[in-house]
Parts: sequence; structure tokens; C-alpha cells
Amino acid sequence: MSKPQALLHWIDERFPLTALWKSQVSEYYAPKNFNFWYYFGSLALLVLVIQIVSGIFLTMNYKPDAHQAFQSVEYIMRDVEGGWFIRYMHSTGASMFFIVVYLHMFRGLMYGSYRKPRELLWLVGVLIYLCMMAEAFFGYLLPWGQMSYWGAQVIVNLFGAIPIIGDDLAVWIRGDYVVSDATLNRFFAFHVIAIPLVLLALVVVHLMALHEVGSNNPDGIEIKKNINPATGHPLDGIPFHPYYTIKDMVGVVVFLAVFSFIMFFAPEMGGYFLEYNNFIPADPLQTPPHIAPVWYFTPYYAMLRAVPAFVHTQFWGVLVMGVAVLIFFLLPWLDRSPAKSIRYKGPYFKVALAVFVISFLVLGWLGTQPTAFLGSIGKTEIAVILARVFTLLYFAFFLLMPWYSRIDKTIPEPERVTG
Amino acid sequence: MKAARFFILLIPLAATGATGEIKLDRAPVDPRDAVSIQRGAQVFVNYCLSCHSAEAMRYNRLEELGLTEQQIKDNLMFTTDKIGDTMTVAMRRADAKSWFGVPPPDLSVIARARGADWLYTYLRTFYRDDTRETGWNNLAFSNVGMPHVLYELQGQQELKPHPQSEGDTSDQTLVLQSTGKLSPEDYDKLTADLVNYLVFMSEPARETRIRIGYAVLIFLGALFVPVYLLKKEYWKDVH
Repeated sequence: MSKPQALLHWIDERFPLTALWKSQVSEYYAPKNFNFWYYFGSLALLVLVIQIVSGIFLTMNYKPDAHQAFQSVEYIMRDVEGGWFIRYMHSTGASMFFIVVYLHMFRGLMYGSYRKPRELLWLVGVLIYLCMMAEAFFGYLLPWGQMSYWGAQVIVNLFGAIPIIGDDLAVWIRGDYVVSDATLNRFFAFHVIAIPLVLLALVVVHLMALHEVGSNNPDGIEIKKNINPATGHPLDGIPFHPYYTIKDMVGVVVFLAVFSFIMFFAPEMGGYFLEYNNFIPADPLQTPPHIAPVWYFTPYYAMLRAVPAFVHTQFWGVLVMGVAVLIFFLLPWLDRSPAKSIRYKGPYFKVALAVFVISFLVLGWLGTQPTAFLGSIGKTEIAVILARVFTLLYFAFFLLMPWYSRIDKTIPEPERVTG
Repeated sequence: MKAARFFILLIPLAATGATGEIKLDRAPVDPRDAVSIQRGAQVFVNYCLSCHSAEAMRYNRLEELGLTEQQIKDNLMFTTDKIGDTMTVAMRRADAKSWFGVPPPDLSVIARARGADWLYTYLRTFYRDDTRETGWNNLAFSNVGMPHVLYELQGQQELKPHPQSEGDTSDQTLVLQSTGKLSPEDYDKLTADLVNYLVFMSEPARETRIRIGYAVLIFLGALFVPVYLLKKEYWKDVH
């Protein structure tokens, strides 16, 4: 036995290293027909690593102090060796994380990856999404610019709209009556340790659940139904390593090119990734005329603004916004179609999914604009009317699914995966 | 005719709601023009740096514009003798607040917050307004607390009804009532240099960022070829 082999043997007697590698990677059989949409899972993992590594370096120079935070970010941009590189990597990574995860979720919607036996996999995924939103929200306060400050103020006030306990809850979250140094300190703690710990644990659970049930594929059929009796492996499966490790490498190179293009040539991304007003230090005494959250929250922000006050409370908007996110949890039980993948589902589902995607995008766009930007009909602003319509369509996708997915004309699924 | 000597700036204004809703002039800034940025730096330290700090900007960062340490010390440093210091001002914030209503903002990253076009327009649209305590107002920033510190150079503008629009008071324009030391063309150039400097100061690493960006993209483009071929080689048996 050669020396490296002897070492491996020594480890394997004490820790299942080879067994893990085999079961999870080199002998994990994945469907051979993954297409473009299947890059985004591994890319999400890549961005997570980018965010953690760049975040560690930022933490070494950032000061979570209301008097120093804004200046310390500029200190990183100017005086820290390679600091601008690390900072832009982190700010670009935040938006890219959401882009990748939104595409990953869209893949799941298209091919029915939330259906039996992958319900738990989907639920854990939605939990990861919730965690990411919390992580992004806490992190956005840290640069201590005007948008950081007033964005946090607006979102914490949402909790204040909850009846009875709201006001106390908002104070409890902020640690003060307004967003202040105390808020910045606790948000820093949540952003750099509390949420990342939960996020990492959930990612591990997500992967474990995936490897337990096996990956779905664009045909939405189970490759485990057709086992090669000679080898005991799925006929339509190929080992994750080397096939998908090498294929994902191609995706990684292309993705990094897009990432680098933004990071080096347009780090502000026209004010969408880094908002212009966030280059003005936080000023608790001056409310900016137009407060917009970063783009990945704007679909929900548009919904919040679309719901009118009712019985003297804004709580209904908050409720709608919360339910809009939480409704993803119900998806595995709303879909009654005999087919999993969009390839074998009927026209109703295809139209519903298209309307859902359009609604999400339009709401996202509306959320970045002031409500008055399209003018108004009578007393109601046109942007608000549009937001109401698309909020209804957004919910219709979920709430009508048990009905349209059952009566939809499906095509029989094939026995084996196609191309 | 006296009116012919008035320099008419083509900046229309709606009489109501002049809160920064005017059309911005495009700032002719060029981040590669180091000489223009140097001139802008000189304007900045002479006219802005008595009230506005730039606390993120170190004097020695100006060496990236091709200046030597001695040149910076001789021509641009009036508040400190340490080349590694940042651009601070002696004015106390409390005093500034009582003098101007608001403390003059730090200008380190103002170009990233406001944009070059806004700054260029702002610096050229001060006009006489006796209703203001400072005697000055501004088209891009109505009721601004800052007086027109460059008026000796630009001269004094007033807001007048547009000469072509008889009786229509909503259509107003800026008219140069008394000339300054500079011609309007030279004043535009001076403000363009200043804005160019403000843009440079807002992100001194910009040029480095773009240069490295090209290298990274070329590297990734080159890396794509072997990675793609490797993928094809591995996948040729998968049908």
C-alpha cells in the first residue's frame, strides 16, 4: 500500500471518508438529462461560499458603530489593501445570491420539484429563502447609509403594525425607540453569526434531503423506477462525479464571468445593487423623499403598498406580504396534477406559471418606483391599481392551483427520461 | 442693446415645485483626464475645503494623478502638513449648523450619491434671491443653505421670465446680470474640472477596478475553453 492509500485507510477506519465520498458524490446517481436550469443549485452554493469568505474579510475592517460604520466602509474601499474588491464582491454577491435562488426556485416550479417525494426538500428550501431574506435585511443596515437606515426603519415598523403586541415588538427588535447604535450592533450580530449558522445548517439539511430522495429532472419522473439489474444503479442515472462536477465547472466559469462583469464594470448596477442614496450617511432627522428597498424585496414591498388600510390599521398589507412568502410552503399540497413536469402538464398550468412570473416581475418593478410615478385616476394612483391587480394574480397562481391543476389536460409521462 | 449682453443659460424652470426636478446638464467628465482632475483638486481645496470636509480622502491619494508628494504639499495642502492625512476642516459642526442651518455635508462620496450631472448643474445654477438669508438660491437644490462661493468667478445670475415668452411667468430662465472673473465658457470648464475631481474622489480605486476587470474577464474567457472541452470529453459517452 502506498503512503497516501495507507493514510486514507487509517482515516477510513476512524471516519467514513471514502464511504461518504462514494455515497454522496462519486456514486450518487443523478438523472442524465439535467438542462440549463440545473446549474443554479450548485451556483447558489458557490455564492454562499463567496459571501462567507468575503464577509469574513469585511468583518476584519468594518466597525458596527453608528458613528464609525459609514466611514469604515469607505475606509475599506480606500485604505484596506484590496478592500474595494472584497466589498464589491460582497455587495454584488448579495444580489447575485437572490438572482440565482429565484432561478433555482423557478426551476422547481417548472419541473414540479416540490412534489412527492420531495416535499421536505422544498420546505427546507423555502426556509433557506426566508433565512436569506433575514440575512439580507440585517446586512443592509450595516453600511449605515440613508437607505440602510430608513429601509430598516420601514421594515421594523411593519412589525409595529401587528395588533396589540406590535409596538412592543418593534422596540424589542430595534433595542431602542428608533433605529440606533443598539440596532446596528444587534443586526451585526445577526448578520455575521446567528443567521449564517442557521443558513449553513439548513443548506446541509437541504442537500441531505436531496441525496435521500434523489434529484428530480426536467421530465419529472423518478429514475429510481428503472434500475439496471446488473449494476443496481438507475438506467437513466450517471454518477454526480465526474459528470456533473465537470459540467457544473462550465456553469461556474460562465457565472463568474457575469459576476465579474458586474463587479468590475458596474458594481452599482444602475442603483439597483448599490442604491445611490446609500452613499449619504444615515441621518435620523431627515427622511428621504423616496424609500425603496433593494430590488430583491420590491415585489413584496409593492404588495405592502397596494393593500389599503382597513379598520384603521395598515396591518393587512403586512399580512398580505407575509402570506405571499409563506404560501410557498403550501405548494406541495396545492398541486393536484398527475404530471410533475411542465413538459407533461396542460395549458392551464403553463398560463398560470407565466402569469405568476410576470406578476412577480411587474410587482418587483413597481416596488422600485414611487407610487405616483404613473399618475393617478381620480384619487387612486395607477401604480397602486396595477400592484393590486398583480398581487391578486400572484395569489391566484397558488390559491387556484388545486382547481386548475386537477382539470388541466396532461400528456402521459414517459417511462424513461428524454433527451 | 443691453439685453444682448446677457448670457442666457438654457435652463427652463417650472415655477412650482423646483425641488430638483429640473433637467440636468450632462457633465463633461473624463476619469482618464488626470490634468482636469488635478485642476479640479485645486478648485476643491481652495473653494470647498474650508467648509466641506472629505474625511475619507487622503492627500497622498492625489499621487495617483501623477503629482509628486512635494507638489501636493506646495499646492494643495493648507490644513495639515502630513501627506497621509485626510481632508478635514477646522469648522465645528455646531458652528456650521448655526451659520448655514445644516452642517455642510462631507463630500468624499457625494458624486456617488448625487451623480456627476447633478453636481455640474448645481454648481452652475445659483441665482440671486433676496428672500433667502444668504441671498442665494439654486435651481437644482431649491432653498439651499449654501451661498454661491464661486460667484466671483461666475458672476451673479438672476431668475427672469424667458425673453421669448411674453407674459408667461412660469417659463423662467437664468440670466447673468453681472459678469465674474471668468467667461461663461471658462466657468463651465472650471466646474467640469471640479466635478471630475469629485467623481475621482468618490472612488479612487475606479481605474484599478476596471483594469483588473479586463484581466479577469480575459482569464475567465481563456479558462472556459479547456473546461468546456473537458466537459465534452467526459460526456461523449452519455446518451
